[in-house]
Amino acid sequence: MALERDKHTAQHALLTLHESQLLDLYRRMTLIRRFEEKTAEMYSRGKITGFCHLYAGEEAVAVGSIYALNDKDYVVSTYREHGHCLAKGAEPRVVMAELFGKATGISHGRGGSMHLFDQDLRFMGGYAIVGGGLPIACGLALAVSYNEGPEVVCCFFGDGALPQGAFHETLNMASLWKLPLVFICENNFYGMGTLVQNAISQEELYRFAEPYKMPGVRVDGMDVLDVYGATMEAVARARAGDGPSLIEAVTYRFRGHSMSDPAEYRSKREERIWQERDPIKNLHRRLLAEKRATDAKLDEVEREVAATIDDAVKFADESPEPSMDELGKGVYASEDK
Amino acid sequence: MAQITYREALNQALREELDRDERVFVMGEEVGYFGGAFKVTDGLLAIYGEKRVRDTPISELTIVGAGIGAAMGGLKPIVELMTINFGLLAMDQIVNSAAKIHFMFGGKANVPIVIRAPQGGGHQLGAQHSQSLEAYFLHAPGLRVVIPATPADAKGLLKTAIRQVDPVMFLEHESLYGVKGEVPEDPEFMVPFGKANVIREGKDVTIVTYSKCVYDAIAAAEALENSGIDAEIVDLRTLNPLDMATVVASVKKTGHAIVVYEGWRTGGAGAEIAAQIHEAAFDSLDAPVARVAALDSPMPYNKHLEHASLPSAGDIVKAAEQLT
Repeated sequence: MALERDKHTAQHALLTLHESQLLDLYRRMTLIRRFEEKTAEMYSRGKITGFCHLYAGEEAVAVGSIYALNDKDYVVSTYREHGHCLAKGAEPRVVMAELFGKATGISHGRGGSMHLFDQDLRFMGGYAIVGGGLPIACGLALAVSYNEGPEVVCCFFGDGALPQGAFHETLNMASLWKLPLVFICENNFYGMGTLVQNAISQEELYRFAEPYKMPGVRVDGMDVLDVYGATMEAVARARAGDGPSLIEAVTYRFRGHSMSDPAEYRSKREERIWQERDPIKNLHRRLLAEKRATDAKLDEVEREVAATIDDAVKFADESPEPSMDELGKGVYASEDK
Repeated sequence: MAQITYREALNQALREELDRDERVFVMGEEVGYFGGAFKVTDGLLAIYGEKRVRDTPISELTIVGAGIGAAMGGLKPIVELMTINFGLLAMDQIVNSAAKIHFMFGGKANVPIVIRAPQGGGHQLGAQHSQSLEAYFLHAPGLRVVIPATPADAKGLLKTAIRQVDPVMFLEHESLYGVKGEVPEDPEFMVPFGKANVIREGKDVTIVTYSKCVYDAIAAAEALENSGIDAEIVDLRTLNPLDMATVVASVKKTGHAIVVYEGWRTGGAGAEIAAQIHEAAFDSLDAPVARVAALDSPMPYNKHLEHASLPSAGDIVKAAEQLT
């Protein structure tokens, strides 16, 4: 896909980020990839059940954008949110434990794959209704604006959310009230199995920014530095009180919509083309070519991540199930002990 | 004690809570410059400004969703839906977000939002503007459902709603805004959730009801005196939490129960209450619980047909006479 944007911010990021930061980006993407691979394995072994939407292939979007945020900034996500949650700093072991449905899970086994949440990390939840997180992100940004706080709210959604009313209502309101929001549309070309051009009248999704009077930009969602650079600009604008921006990150999910989808609506050739653009291999190659990392360092990251994932699975596997005493409890905050 | 209207009582509650807590704000269509479609928020903008009395575009889904997000972000939003009919556009956020967030996120997030909405028929507003939809919200675990009948309850329950942590559907009746009653001026006056009010004691039949139907029940009880039937009236005030203890104690005393509600008869809140009375007090009942509710039909515009579609004092009298 030809990108309409030159990649000066990506190049700038490559030149200005410290080597430890570049390695950090590589580590975070690798962590998500290995986490998702292990999740698929655990799913096939029956350790994880229910709906499970993997993020493999899209790592550059979560990692690049969230790297442009501060700890106190908010993230609102979707049902394909393992990557966002890990990128915001969640421990892999509590995320894996949640997928296993265990009491030690990040949502205490009540949420599952689609409903991860951590208030302390300001990871404000995975929402499993397409477009459902957008109005909530709008409200979080309204609270920030109300309190004249310095935070920014970063809201992720897929291309499938664009035809939803919630998208248009939220962009209108966010722009009208100049809220500190960064909208990140992960365009992976398919809403489940429906191609973007079969669902949306304007397939250049970043152009939806224009009617709502905000900047819109299309970035290479397979290039973590491009995503990072564009998000830095949008975050700066939001933090300065100049209002929201829309970033369309063009990306690709390496697997089907969910674990039960073999993705037969896509050609093997198409999948191969995108796998050649793998965001992790892409960064790996560039770091070596530009002499910003060594093979030894990158291998070390792989080993560390593998150990972390093994630990996460062990923790999840050994953790207890939620107690049956909890049944029917936790519905009302007013009734919590 | 001052005699004020239901509308003024709500307005007073809003002012007191806006004064008390900086985190409280009001948001909705026409709540600011217009003063509220039913004038409940009249005068607030001039006192509290646009930040705390926020006019919104016509986007019910996002008005409610933004209220939820603001609540998660530490504020105490009071969202006004111009009428409950428009609230149907916000059902996704009400049911899928507000009701579930505390539970599905492991108890780590609270959504202290109050969603106010006028509802009810009786003004020849036709099929899309004459609905009583409390049952829809009662059906979703996680939501509090508050439905006051009197000006004092309107004030005291709204204040309680604003100060507590669960998401609340606060359903007002369009016919009650002009109703006057005594309302305490004490800014700490609150009416607790889950405490039904026995507004008339009697020994022959229990009329369980809420919202505008309370007034129909009072008229019916007065008429029933002439037939020698002594009716007890229980105003539920809140449907979630539901004070079945008070209802059951009354039914055990009278042996007869009529549930009166303005929602459609089928699947209405009264159907649930009737079922619970049967479960809890079957042995005390001398007859099956009767229901007086709206006809299972979209509301007709014609005045006579509309009147006949809604539950009335006459319908309650008839039910009581058949029952006892």
